[in-house]
Amino acid sequence: MGKVLMKGNEAIGEAAIKAGCLNYFAYPITPQSEVAEYLSRRLPEVDGVFLQGESEVAVSYMVFGAAACGERVFTTSSSPGISLMSEAISYIAGAECPAVFVNIMRGGPGLGGILPSQADYLQATKGIGHGDFRLLVMAPASVQEAVEMVMMAFPLAEKYRNPVMILGDGLIGQMMEPVEFPDRLQSEPINKDDWATNGMAMRKSEQRNLVKSLFLDPEQLNAHNLVLKAKYERMAREEVKYDSYNTAVNYKALVVSYGTMSRVCRTAIDDLKADGFEVGMIRPQIVFPFPESAVYDAASKKSCKIVICIEMSMGQMVEDVERSVKGIRPVRWYGKCGGEVPTPEEVMDAIKACEE
Amino acid sequence: MGKTFQKPISLAEQDTHYCPGCTHGVIHRLVAEVIDELDVRSRTVGIAPVGCAVLAYNYFTFDFLEAAHGRAPAVATGIKRVRPDLIVFTYQGDGDLASIGMAEIIHAANRGEKFTTIFVNNAVYGMTGGQMAPTTMPNQRTTTSPLGRNVEEVGMPIKVAELLSSFETPGYISRQAVLRPKYIVKAKKAIKKAFEYQMQNRCFSFVELVSNCPTNWGLTPVESIKWAEETLLPYYKLGEFKNPDDVEEG
Amino acid sequence: MQSEVMFAGFGGQGILLSGKMLAEAAMAKGFEVAWVPSYGPEMRGGTAYCMVVVSEKSIASPIIQNPMHLIAMNRPSLEKFAPVVKPSGVVLINSSLISAGAGRDDIDELALPVTEIARELGSVKIANIVALGAFVARSKIVDFESLRKTVKEEFADKEKFIPLNMAALDRGKKMALEVEPSNIPRPS
Ligand SMILES: Cc1ncc(C[n+]2csc(CCOP(=O)(O)OP(=O)(O)O)c2C)c(N)n1
Ligand code: SF4
Repeated sequence: MGKVLMKGNEAIGEAAIKAGCLNYFAYPITPQSEVAEYLSRRLPEVDGVFLQGESEVAVSYMVFGAAACGERVFTTSSSPGISLMSEAISYIAGAECPAVFVNIMRGGPGLGGILPSQADYLQATKGIGHGDFRLLVMAPASVQEAVEMVMMAFPLAEKYRNPVMILGDGLIGQMMEPVEFPDRLQSEPINKDDWATNGMAMRKSEQRNLVKSLFLDPEQLNAHNLVLKAKYERMAREEVKYDSYNTAVNYKALVVSYGTMSRVCRTAIDDLKADGFEVGMIRPQIVFPFPESAVYDAASKKSCKIVICIEMSMGQMVEDVERSVKGIRPVRWYGKCGGEVPTPEEVMDAIKACEE
Repeated sequence: MGKTFQKPISLAEQDTHYCPGCTHGVIHRLVAEVIDELDVRSRTVGIAPVGCAVLAYNYFTFDFLEAAHGRAPAVATGIKRVRPDLIVFTYQGDGDLASIGMAEIIHAANRGEKFTTIFVNNAVYGMTGGQMAPTTMPNQRTTTSPLGRNVEEVGMPIKVAELLSSFETPGYISRQAVLRPKYIVKAKKAIKKAFEYQMQNRCFSFVELVSNCPTNWGLTPVESIKWAEETLLPYYKLGEFKNPDDVEEG
Repeated sequence: MQSEVMFAGFGGQGILLSGKMLAEAAMAKGFEVAWVPSYGPEMRGGTAYCMVVVSEKSIASPIIQNPMHLIAMNRPSLEKFAPVVKPSGVVLINSSLISAGAGRDDIDELALPVTEIARELGSVKIANIVALGAFVARSKIVDFESLRKTVKEEFADKEKFIPLNMAALDRGKKMALEVEPSNIPRPS
């Protein structure tokens, strides 16, 4: 197909189709409404299901219903809408169904703003809904990576029978970049007959399936929570994904940054290098599970004096970085909220200030 | 004479952010005039929706609160229950009220909460760029119904005034338009009546206003009025659907 | 080498589209590109702008404080962005709507009445295309033929508009090359 210039939001829609997901429910919200607008045109062309629900609450339960049938399904929203979906996400994780949620983050709290932000990091990685569960959370830094991650998200959701979230900032949705779509995913949802409510006739079985999250018996619920816990531990072993930048040299400072913010850091690192100041970077591509050992190893390099967490939030990732660094280096934070993405100059100044 | 041209005290000296020819401005003015005329400005609390009117608080000069998308009637209920002496109104668009906030408005109306709702029906989501609303007309093209609203798939547009007037609980429910002066005069009367019922602590009061959105309809302001008259008014019939006196007299 | 172009003007002047066409043309020539729009409430009737980044290698920060070049289609855009353009960049000023200059002597200022030219050619709606043609011819940021090809493709399903848009590009080019280039050293 070659390279095409595409807006992140539209590319995300197309990527889902390429991943074999033809079911999409959504409710408009800036800065991601173009996904719905694109798919309202595109899905009917491929005999897919497009439905604008009456609210994010409804949409997220439509996703639950479709996911419970073992069909690939996804939705997209932005921060306030994701908050409304968090109840259903808890039910979906509790009932162990695969589904993909895309959050093109905007600033908060409350109505906040509509410009790029990374203010939902904690929500996505630690506490999106009630109960003991986690999401696998992927954080793209370019339109191309958003496409690849969306396509990876479906098989991962199925592998773990757990919701997967793509955590992008507003810029990832709004920016146009060249993309090259990978070939259509050939894989199909696996083992769904074992658990999905797809009709006994369809799976030629007399055994009914039950999709639920209620466990009134404390022992059973504890056992269920242990099963979930084991899944998240397996994710931590098998799904860690990050990128390193300028880590082969003897850097004095290590930056940890993700998404659009990490690209700004890259420019700042190049410019600092020209000034003779070496800085390395670890960019988590998957933020849950967090690349703890990678951050620890990079921080423990002899030349490295300090670790700086740079993000478009008031320090939501700092905890994860501190946890990974285990106190061997001081951890600092630089960031900005409200939608004004820090410039490379500002990042350079911040890195220099931390180092002093 | 002078009265029409004077800015109501309840309306701020400030240009609005609304698009040229949008009727949100007219509706703000009507509400402000009524509040002035009833002399309740000092005990009024307005509730802004999430929609183009989210910034309505900039244009009124009394207390204002911004709710989450669709939740204004629940917020209004909270205010009214703890401070029944306040005059409370919600100002909501059709996405806000008839889509995400349908549960809140239905239950507030059915409980007979003593506040007023100004419901702006412009048949699309304005703020987010013209997506389909529950009030979008059959075959009307929007950014999420690029081939026109397909009623086979998403049903017919919801007539909110009729829906709310079906409840047994007494209420005041009216639908008016703000497309031309002849409609505006009646619209103002309805808004005034709605606030008066609230002041008498009689019932929930609701005025739906058929409006326009030239920007997202892709029409000039003049064309938008014509389109609204030809397309919306035959479906969204104007008039008083329910009055608290109906029950008491009958 | 990386260059950045800020396109700025009123909503409705085709700002986002001309930025997109430049990005497409550069992509076709094998460059890395990013197109970053302004979005949000300021778009309603106010200014619209987008930044196009064109680079030989993968683009790090898409957030640019000091673009190499500016196309200013209205006065507020010129006032806002002219001061931040890098020295020796091209600043194209739509002199049909802007009576002022950029107020700098270290840039290549190109004042052209693109709205009037567009009107002469048949539609003010193509003022952005006139400006694009002029800008590309002057800055040589991409090959002019590649731009023509991209614009043709953009209107592939509205074929009747192609001749008008081609005329707009060519007219822009002609005007840009007629004006003496300012004596600015260009980065190679
Ligand atoms: C929970 C949540 N979902 C979605 C949005 C995005 N949003 C903002 S305004 C709006 C629709 C507004 O349309 P309408 O109520 O018809 O009012 P109008 O803009 O037409 O006046 C939406 C969906 C939001 N802010 N919060
Ligand atoms: S988008 Fe529509 S409803 Fe909103 S201000 Fe503009 S015309 Fe009015």
